[in-house]
Amino acid sequence: MATLKRIQTRLKSVKNIQKITQSMKMIAAARYTKAERELKPVRLYGDGATALYSAAEVEALDQKENHLIIAVSSDRGLCGGIHSNVSKAVKATMAEKGDTANVKMIIIGDKARTQLQRCLLLFICRLYADNIMFSVNDYGRKTPAFEDASMVAGALLDSGYEFDTGEIIFNRFRSVVSYKTSSQPVFPFNVLSQSEKMSIYDDVDSDILRCYSEFQLASILYYTLMEANCSEQSSRMTAMDNASKNAGKT
Amino acid sequence: MALARSLTKVSMTLRGLRGAVGTCQHVRYYAEEAPAHAPTKMSFTFGMPGEMYYNQSSVKQVDVPSTTGTFGILAQHVPLLAALKPGVITVTEDDGTINKYFASSGTVTVNADSSVQVLAEVAVPLDQLDPEAIKRGLSQAQQELQAASTDVARAEAEIAVEVHEAMDAAVTGK
Repeated sequence: MATLKRIQTRLKSVKNIQKITQSMKMIAAARYTKAERELKPVRLYGDGATALYSAAEVEALDQKENHLIIAVSSDRGLCGGIHSNVSKAVKATMAEKGDTANVKMIIIGDKARTQLQRCLLLFICRLYADNIMFSVNDYGRKTPAFEDASMVAGALLDSGYEFDTGEIIFNRFRSVVSYKTSSQPVFPFNVLSQSEKMSIYDDVDSDILRCYSEFQLASILYYTLMEANCSEQSSRMTAMDNASKNAGKT
Repeated sequence: MALARSLTKVSMTLRGLRGAVGTCQHVRYYAEEAPAHAPTKMSFTFGMPGEMYYNQSSVKQVDVPSTTGTFGILAQHVPLLAALKPGVITVTEDDGTINKYFASSGTVTVNADSSVQVLAEVAVPLDQLDPEAIKRGLSQAQQELQAASTDVARAEAEIAVEVHEAMDAAVTGK
């Protein structure tokens, strides 16, 4: 039985929640404006980093053996379906692959990690726990820096895992109310060097190309981190705005 | 594995060619004349994470320091990939204005369509460098190199010394 006393307490708690969601919205709005401002030059940088792929018409080799997925999420929730969309996209890719023994994942942020390593209904089920090469946490509190991207890229290179094809799954920012979960291909240097059009490039020895592709990987990763960060902030702003409105209806 | 794969690929191609050609040698010729429709303007993109200095702008010439030596890029340069080394990037704009930047590391891409991308890890206009701070940083880096005990620490200190020496040369040489 809902007594008057209970309803009063409930109303009070909803009002308190509303205060919290409102202030979270304010913070998200401030961080979103900053993220959007910072995204503009980074997009140009990302275009520059991926220009070679389109100019040299780099395509994956026929033997698709080792596939690498880098999923970009963050540690923090309360921002709509932004992290689940990344996880869904990863799951869709995995389902498409069928045989997932040669697929490895790098997961950035705790949210996608918890969604991907265990099945949420059956805790015993190891969903993709065996495919995760490593995951990175303590990410999402601050704006991503180039160091974050180069650290992940460095850890990937140190791991000694040689991938034939790779993709980064992240949320591409479109507008304040919209984002699109996209996939950005990345190629390791042996695929680059075997690409057909690479022969028109002068003076390419394997050492330079290795340096080049390592830096390129970090640059592309940095670009996707910034896109994902901006989408996350805008999505959190909308989510918290809706939550405040809902709380106001009582 | 990749090596083995490429070897089998090569041997298969050779087998196919054996009947047709007696000896097949790789010969380098002079560059072919550029086709008439090739763009005569350079589309130059240069920046670092967080700041872009040029975005698909038309410039006359760009001089970049690479690991294989410093070279200049004009429009219709032969396609090329290179890694940057610490040094001064000189951009000559269409009206003759010369802008100088210091870059720590990064990549240079010259594509067949005369688009040029120079992506640096850190790049600043040369006049923003402080000679005093460079001197201090250099001596600190040298001390760290002396004190380095592990290979990683030594490599890091060597990089710091290299960057500081390049900055010092850039500032004193301007």
